[in-house]
Amino acid sequence: MDILNAVVAILNFVVIPAAAYGAQLALGALGVTLIYGILRFSNFAHGDTMAFGTAVTILATWGLQGLGISMGPLPTALLALPVGIAATAALALVTDRAVYRFYRVQRVAPIILVMASVGVMFLMNGLTRLLIGVDEQRFADGARFVIDVRTFREMTGLTEGLAFKTTQALTLVIAVLVVWALFWFLNRTKSGKAMRAYSDNEDLALLSGIDPDKVVRMTWIIAAGLATIAGVLYGLDKAFKPFNYFQILLPIFAAAIVGGLGNPIGAIAGGFVVAFSEVAITYPWLKIAGYLFPAWQPEGLLQLLGTEYKFAVSFVILIVVLLFRPTGLFRGKSV
Amino acid sequence: MKKLLLATAAGALIAGSAGAEEIKMGISLGFTGPLESMAPAMRDGAKLAMKEASDSGLLLDGSTVTAVEGDSTCADAAAATATVERLITAEGVKGIVGGMCSGETIASLENVAKPNGIVMISPSATSPALSVIEDNGLFFRTSPSDARQGEVMADILMERGIESVAVTYTNNDYGKGLADSFQAAYEAKGGNVTVNSAHDDGKADYSAEVAALAAAGGDALVVAGYVDQGGSGVVRASLDTGAFDTFVFPDGMIGTALLENFGSEIDGSFGQNPAAEGEGRETYLKMAEEAGFDGAGAFSAEAYDAAALMLLAMAASGSSDPGIYKDKIMDVANEPGEKIMPGDLAKALEIINGGGDVDYVGATSVELVGAGESAGVYREVAFSNGEMEIVGYR
Repeated sequence: MDILNAVVAILNFVVIPAAAYGAQLALGALGVTLIYGILRFSNFAHGDTMAFGTAVTILATWGLQGLGISMGPLPTALLALPVGIAATAALALVTDRAVYRFYRVQRVAPIILVMASVGVMFLMNGLTRLLIGVDEQRFADGARFVIDVRTFREMTGLTEGLAFKTTQALTLVIAVLVVWALFWFLNRTKSGKAMRAYSDNEDLALLSGIDPDKVVRMTWIIAAGLATIAGVLYGLDKAFKPFNYFQILLPIFAAAIVGGLGNPIGAIAGGFVVAFSEVAITYPWLKIAGYLFPAWQPEGLLQLLGTEYKFAVSFVILIVVLLFRPTGLFRGKSV
Repeated sequence: MKKLLLATAAGALIAGSAGAEEIKMGISLGFTGPLESMAPAMRDGAKLAMKEASDSGLLLDGSTVTAVEGDSTCADAAAATATVERLITAEGVKGIVGGMCSGETIASLENVAKPNGIVMISPSATSPALSVIEDNGLFFRTSPSDARQGEVMADILMERGIESVAVTYTNNDYGKGLADSFQAAYEAKGGNVTVNSAHDDGKADYSAEVAALAAAGGDALVVAGYVDQGGSGVVRASLDTGAFDTFVFPDGMIGTALLENFGSEIDGSFGQNPAAEGEGRETYLKMAEEAGFDGAGAFSAEAYDAAALMLLAMAASGSSDPGIYKDKIMDVANEPGEKIMPGDLAKALEIINGGGDVDYVGATSVELVGAGESAGVYREVAFSNGEMEIVGYR
């Protein structure tokens, strides 16, 4: 019984939250890594692209709710998602046309593109705030839980409860679907192969007749789609606040770099590595220890790091990986 | 030369005889930031008192009072300091109702108000640190110190038979002061605080913080935070993971937003905030309703009293100079004298002008003790069926 309690407590406080958070980071990191692989720069505006896409989706959700349309137990935001993706893709294409293309044609050093993306980041930052304001918005509707704590306790008779939120389940399911679709696209379709060729060797790809403008367009559309999906899932699971999407940029970059920039599998693995280490390192193991070793009465909370230092974990992982394996776990491009 | 002398003489004459002036009063509250939902009702409260005294025509030979607002942001001490600096040096205010939060208040008091000799009366800064601050007699507050709130909260918990709690506080002067004073009071009464840890405001996700609190355990969770900020996030994550289902809410959490956010999910929880009972409060609520705002908002009545105290002290000392009227604030707030209810400012001014004494009771039963802070009456509230009900006063 005690071992079961310990397992449930770990699931409830570590595994489920970290898995959902990891999936959100992974989707974000996929977008970053795609742009890095194909357009060859670190896109600092990615967090705010996520915020913009989510803001549009929220507005569309409100519109749908106003019309009385809902999806039963699922959040209405899923129906509004295509609107958000379309708007974000349009914004990304306009930005590319107005800013990045100018530098790409000149074949500038990547660092200049990175700095340009910082400028774009601030612009999108402001745009999102103009659109929806700075306040926190909650837009999750439908059923809140797949299993809630009370039901679980009644079902099992355990003292520990287990909560599995609809949004967490959705995050995992959608992340799997999106990743499968992305890999199918990259590996099986002609456009996907063209993108990979362009990523491997730009000049050779041009010589073999690949249209660079089309590849760039595809990349932005896919990245915008990934950003919007990641942003909406994050917002559904937690809460939408423009500033938080700026903060999440750091763990996303940590995830992309840990996995190896430019490597999609690496981005996914990186997302989960960062999420699980953030949660596990700041989790106090006192309760678990109490269940497993009833005789042992430790003094403290058995917590490696205070929760205030959560973001520091991403930094430490980033530094360690850059020091010992600059290309990341899955051999991406060196940064 | 003759003309100049004449003009000077005339000027002196005017200044000497007709004391009527336009008195500017600053209102420095956090109109943006973690307590932004409380600030408007506080501002309206302060303005109500100013308008009342101004319209009566009895304040310092018919002087008028104008309010100048500034945003103290609550969280950003540098921004609050700049705001108070502007109010004092650019606008020339004679006194300030503010600041709103403890950290910001300490910073603006020490950096600007004290060097410039301007009186500040805060309606809502409750950190125990402000009781012992060196203020040259310039700082007062119409809310009690959190040292007192810690005691009250410990009493309520003990009476409800809860002897083990986890505490989380917002990482600033207010949160830390309240959490520490509560822990001291609670442990002195035999309670056990399993963990006393901070949370930072403005994050999307508090599951890690809640996991830590849950690991430490306890029969209830004391949330010494802000309802518009991390406080609500911690409660949300606790409810979702089933870590806690009974919460204790101090003043920063008691607000309409709490019910909007959680409804009946927090049934069985309870809390307290400074708010006096009685005739004064009822009158104030009616006045606020007529003026078109919600007087029941947290610290709105305290803001009214803060402004009223300053204006009555000006009348009692016969001067709007903060260096002079600061000494009269304690006198008008406390006995002896005629009891003054909200809405009676004109009567009070009449008594003062006639040389009498007043004892300002106001909307919150003002009684200034110690270094000039409210003795403190707390309202105990409980949540059931998605409603907040008042249990009693202590």
